[in-house]
Amino acid sequence: MVMQFLKKAGLGVMVAMISLAAHAEYTWNFPMPATPMAADTLHVHNKFMVIVMIIFLIVLGIMIYSIVNHRKSKGHEAATFSGPSTKSQVVWTLVPFAILLYIDFVLMGIPAYHSIVMMEDTKTNADMVIKVTGSQWRWQYEYLDGEAQGIKFVSNLTTPKDQIDNQADKGKDYLLEVDNHLVLPVGKKVRVLLTATDVIHNWWVPAFGSARDAIPGFLRETWVRVDVPGTYRGQCKELCGKGHGFMPVVVDAVSAEEYTKWVADQKTKLAAASAGADKVWTKEELVEHGKDVYVKNCAVCHQANGQGLPPTFPALTGSKIANGPIFDAGGKLLKDGHLDRVFNGKGVMPSWKGVLNDTDIAAVITFERNALGNSVGDVLQPAQVKALR
Amino acid sequence: MSSTTAAHHDEHHDHPTGIMRWLTTTNHKDIGTMYLTFSLIMFLVGGAMILAVRAELFQPGLQLMQPEFYNQLIGVHALVMIFAALMPAATGFANWMLPLQIGAPDMALPRLNNWGFWLLPPAAILLTLPFTLALFGIGDGAIATGWTFYAPLSIQGGMGVDFAIFSVHLLGVSSVLGSINVIVTILNMRAPGMTLMKMPMFAWSWLVTAFLLIATIPVLAGAVTMLLTDRHFGTHFFDAAGGGDPILFQHLFWFFGHPEVYIVLLPIWGFMPQILQTFSRKPMYGYKAQVVSLWAIGALALVVWAHHFFTVGMPVPALLYFMYSTMAISLPLAVLFFCWIATIWKGSLSFETPMLFATGWIVLFGIGGLTGLVLADVAADAQYHHSYFVVAHFHYTLFAGGMMGVMSGVYYWLPKMTGHMFNERLGKLHFWLTAISFNLTFIPQFFLGLAGMPRRIPDYALQFAEFNAISTVAAFVLGLSQLIFVYNIISCVRGGKKATDRVWEGAEGLEWTLQSPPPYHSFTEQPIVK
Repeated sequence: MVMQFLKKAGLGVMVAMISLAAHAEYTWNFPMPATPMAADTLHVHNKFMVIVMIIFLIVLGIMIYSIVNHRKSKGHEAATFSGPSTKSQVVWTLVPFAILLYIDFVLMGIPAYHSIVMMEDTKTNADMVIKVTGSQWRWQYEYLDGEAQGIKFVSNLTTPKDQIDNQADKGKDYLLEVDNHLVLPVGKKVRVLLTATDVIHNWWVPAFGSARDAIPGFLRETWVRVDVPGTYRGQCKELCGKGHGFMPVVVDAVSAEEYTKWVADQKTKLAAASAGADKVWTKEELVEHGKDVYVKNCAVCHQANGQGLPPTFPALTGSKIANGPIFDAGGKLLKDGHLDRVFNGKGVMPSWKGVLNDTDIAAVITFERNALGNSVGDVLQPAQVKALR
Repeated sequence: MSSTTAAHHDEHHDHPTGIMRWLTTTNHKDIGTMYLTFSLIMFLVGGAMILAVRAELFQPGLQLMQPEFYNQLIGVHALVMIFAALMPAATGFANWMLPLQIGAPDMALPRLNNWGFWLLPPAAILLTLPFTLALFGIGDGAIATGWTFYAPLSIQGGMGVDFAIFSVHLLGVSSVLGSINVIVTILNMRAPGMTLMKMPMFAWSWLVTAFLLIATIPVLAGAVTMLLTDRHFGTHFFDAAGGGDPILFQHLFWFFGHPEVYIVLLPIWGFMPQILQTFSRKPMYGYKAQVVSLWAIGALALVVWAHHFFTVGMPVPALLYFMYSTMAISLPLAVLFFCWIATIWKGSLSFETPMLFATGWIVLFGIGGLTGLVLADVAADAQYHHSYFVVAHFHYTLFAGGMMGVMSGVYYWLPKMTGHMFNERLGKLHFWLTAISFNLTFIPQFFLGLAGMPRRIPDYALQFAEFNAISTVAAFVLGLSQLIFVYNIISCVRGGKKATDRVWEGAEGLEWTLQSPPPYHSFTEQPIVK
């Protein structure tokens, strides 16, 4: 065990040394900025780093000079001063103080002021508004205006579990890949509203230079204007529970034409999904579709086999709720029944009403009741879900 | 007074022996020893936790533990290191050295002192017990929110959060008791002739620390109590659904949390100039300027807390205020640095182990301070915040600026405390291994943060792999080097070359006028300070 670790450690250091040279262009500083805010942040950061490094080197130089020359072993006699004694000495001791005052409030303070004003101005000339909602442990995106108005979707991590558990080779975008990318048009100022459904999250793409908390029950805002087309990856930056390391942000910045095409595709999909809600599905179709929904959304906590992680995340296999009735005697939503729990959540269990569509909810409930070791045998149709919303 | 009468005086007491001696002791040196021993043990416990974390981070993928357990380790590591290692170390030094330095027979409130210490072990047990309980299937482990308890994550958490809340209450009570004792001792028990402006710097710095503790610990106690009632009694202080606000918790927490940084560091800023002057054989530079700066930092510490959460979304005026006030801290801190370096300047330097740690401390703590200045900038902070850049920054302030300062103090006073010299060669080896492996652990983390690696994640994307591997290997060297420290302390306690009263050639101050180790009742006759 120890030997194995040492071997790995040695290998790791060697690999590190070699690849450091190869990756030199981005590991030493912020990623290439893609927005005006990131460009500004990088500029400010570089400037301050140079300033503090100069201060550090000067002070270190003075110390090294003293350490080398003022040694007892070299026979240096100690001076006896314990403070500035003459007027000119007092003035000299005030010089570093004045320089620091200048650095703090002029050299650093003034550019910082302009950066802050720019960062916080989310509204001026904003072209469109999107809403980002953080939930344990996924992001949800909604377009609030413009041509894409009404489009909303959930963005889940797609890195397979066996890559995380080291049973398969890790892909290129390990932990930074999702099923549905947020798509934004290049060159448009996008006002981003943020909120959360459970705990505090933080929506962060390093190449955008903006990081803002998503706080349950409140709206916060920031903005992005991506000037360079491409795919940008980031992560949640505020500890939000066990899945904190597993809720990446992926944004595609595309040209206006591609964006319009993407919007049209999404609208077609949405229409198909709502049409799907009106048709009658077979049990097999629902179970099959429900399995996909389950793996994407539910398996993080309730586990792929339905055993959960008690006591925080209960098992679905044999659970009272998943094997109990859905409707009450009058055919209405049964309080604390299966559908109620999925719709509204409770405690750690999030509410899925606004996240999943009717077909998804019907399918996943049908799946949970007829798989994972359960065999209730009934079928929940999308139309029934729609009626109870 | 001759030593025979001192010995005679001691015999009047009926000292209990064995465990009862330590349970019932009201002697400042016994209690100081217990504080320092407790601190050392918890330093190793907290270190072991983080080595497990670093081992998990050695490579991408989950190898050793699940994210739930990982989150428990990082939070408890921080709580243990701050509350159970750094703070007790400072209090241990205060107990041992304040009476010696100001010429008093003991601390002013000896029974309170005993109580203050004996609250600590139960607090440490409460904090770590959930790990053990989870092994027996009770609860789901220790607090997993990080050391900051942020609501609503902490409201969602398991019973580890409740254990941590009670533990923090006990630790807080202990700190406030210790602070009261320090203030009363310093203000009332100084030797005749020792006016405030003749006090050792360590006494000044602890005076500021004690006031900060008394000002901020009650706020923390209030915040975690509100958390407790939110968790169990249906209040909604931090829940928007009931009219509360999760950010209120962050304001309350950091009103304590920021001064806490100075609470940990100020005592070190007190004894460090004393160490520097000893090994420079030259009087301390700028005594008055240092005293004023300590108080200025203490005052500023109370009004800058929101720079710990710039990214929550604050109005522009608030951002500007907290940014500029944070930058202002660099001014008194720069005065201190100036004085420390001017103390060395043109001295007659020698580099025994305490001085090695002290000079290394100035340089490394300087990096912590300068990166702190950069972090104050709101715009750049959006990138640094909650990334590994911050992790590296606060380890430069709290490990280099805190722990290495404590180590310097231990080596400086250990011969006085035990009456024996420690092994100088092992001490030097300890310093070089610590300084080098510390830098190799944390410099890569600056770059990880800049490249975009968030903190508190159990697994990471592939581009972060190399720096994490280096950091882990260096962290293990750093951790194992501390065993040299432990060995050196133990062997110094058990024997070694006899230490002289003055111990170090250039040592100045009342503690060096007593024999090594000092008599049971320190100064039974007040020394006169001219």
